[in-house]
Amino acid sequence: MSERAFTVFVWGGLLFFALIANAIGEVYWVTLATRTAILALAGLGLNLVLGNGGMISFGHAVYFGLGGYVVGILATHVQNFIPLHDGWPFYSEWFVLEGTQSMLVTWPLAALVGGAVALVVGSLCLRTEGAYFIMITLAFGQMFYYFAISWNAYGGEDGLSLYVRGVFPGVNTLAPLPFFLLSFAVLTIGLLVVRTLDHSPFGLALNAVRQSPARVGAVGISVRHLKLVAFVVSGMITALAGALFADLNRYVSPAMFSWTVSGEIMIFVILGGVARLIGPVVGAIAFVTFEELLGGFSEFWHIVLGLLLLLIVLFARGGITGAVVTKKASADV
Amino acid sequence: MVLLLVEQVLNGLQLGVMLFLMAAGLALIFGVMGLINLAHGSLFMTGAFVAAFVAGCSGSYLLALVASVVVAASAGVLVELLVIRRLYSRGHLDQVLATFALILIFSEGTRMIFGSFPLYLTIPEALAGPVSLPFGLQYPLFRLVIIAAGLLVAGGLYGLITRTRLGLQIQAGAADREMIAVLGVNVSVLYTVIFAVGAGLAGLAGALVGTLQSVEVGMGEPVLITAFVVIVIGGIGSIQGTLVGAILVGLVQTLGAFLLPIWSNALLGAPDVGAVMSSMIIYILMAVVLLLRPKGLMGSVV
Repeated sequence: MSERAFTVFVWGGLLFFALIANAIGEVYWVTLATRTAILALAGLGLNLVLGNGGMISFGHAVYFGLGGYVVGILATHVQNFIPLHDGWPFYSEWFVLEGTQSMLVTWPLAALVGGAVALVVGSLCLRTEGAYFIMITLAFGQMFYYFAISWNAYGGEDGLSLYVRGVFPGVNTLAPLPFFLLSFAVLTIGLLVVRTLDHSPFGLALNAVRQSPARVGAVGISVRHLKLVAFVVSGMITALAGALFADLNRYVSPAMFSWTVSGEIMIFVILGGVARLIGPVVGAIAFVTFEELLGGFSEFWHIVLGLLLLLIVLFARGGITGAVVTKKASADV
Repeated sequence: MVLLLVEQVLNGLQLGVMLFLMAAGLALIFGVMGLINLAHGSLFMTGAFVAAFVAGCSGSYLLALVASVVVAASAGVLVELLVIRRLYSRGHLDQVLATFALILIFSEGTRMIFGSFPLYLTIPEALAGPVSLPFGLQYPLFRLVIIAAGLLVAGGLYGLITRTRLGLQIQAGAADREMIAVLGVNVSVLYTVIFAVGAGLAGLAGALVGTLQSVEVGMGEPVLITAFVVIVIGGIGSIQGTLVGAILVGLVQTLGAFLLPIWSNALLGAPDVGAVMSSMIIYILMAVVLLLRPKGLMGSVV
């Protein structure tokens, strides 16, 4: 099968599944499809640095968690009617920052915050490479985890509960299908953006950096700058996924920052196929399916997931997409 | 206040020594085999569980210590033979994923055997209770024993690396893997031995720390990540760097948790700010080291 046909097949398959599930009244399945779409979006962000850029970030839970907390914190201020900057210096009644639950505000803001933090963390992490890079991204992930736990003003270890899902003009976000369609639309936009990036001069240069940084530098392109831009865009996409995840569950907690989340986001990418556009979507579908099937079968399903991952890494490189699609991925990390 | 500070310094030293036991194994394995091993925390957990189990059955803490080292080292050998040795020629991504898979297997396997409830290791009676140090300071004897044991192992490891034939091979392996294979050293045996040494150290650390905190699934990974911070700060390539990094992180972590809330309370009237800062301080330290010396404090240019 050509990669393009497979991409369309998977994309359409997810949409079709949710529509059918809704038609036959299996609301839970619609929610599963929503979860899949959101997790796929998180993987899409990671795939940009991992697959295209060859940077092994084991800290993408940072952006996932930040996205979630932006939504959670803004919603908390709506719920308790306390202005955002209450208690800060220069507080005045003339300029009041209210919380909000409008997804048109919270989601873009989540992406911006994710991008800003990715700029700082990325510029530190990209001073190193290889194994150091992995360790440092992992360590910064842990830093945000402990930060969220010790920040008692916003729930500390307990996290934040959102009474209602955010609002979107013209959409009843509390009903499963409309919220799925919204998440699916965001995922689709994400896929289109990443595809455009892949084919742009930026994407080509990023691909070249992975293969031979020295040569890219020799042509006069700043390798560090290029990697940093990819890291920031990646952080923004994953943060957006975190924001959607918070609205889906109507709950955020420090667990969103935990290193296992970073590992799981990486699993989506690997299961699906590194550096494939549709890879994270395939991976997320496989992950959620395993979780449902095995989780119902045994509470120790992680052991099966571990064995499966081990076998894929040792013997079946290229993931599911690599097994289905005949053409090799442009990137072989 | 001064006495309290001295006590915190000792606590920091104890944490640093434990971190060294973890980080030394990680750094050895990375230095010689070029392998990044996320499952090192699982070996730490294995050591703690074995110690808790053996101490519970036999009542002897010494036996538990020995058992934890032996079992963790054996588990290390088994994992190396089955999985790890296939990864040496692979990229870091495959290594990270495969060892992450090992964490899942170890954690769920342990949960299947011991259940989700934490176990407790009691301090042996002979080592329980405080000792009196000069200037009227009272300090738990057991923590002193841990510091001593840790320093002893650190010294032993330094001797092993600098004075023995195995140590020579380890140093040579870190410098040039292919060359020592050409010179007739059986590299695959050497790798297994190094992995076993690292696993044994992690198991020992687990058994010692298991007496200070509860023994539970998932206890290994926070220690593992802190050990990564140690390695980044100390720099890969020298065992001294790892020791310096470990002690530094131990002291900064412990003193930060003690002093920052006091300072922020005095300066801003808000102890919370200090508590939040202290949870992040070792990572901030790491960031500063990265800005000033990207290769770590004592790292050689590899």
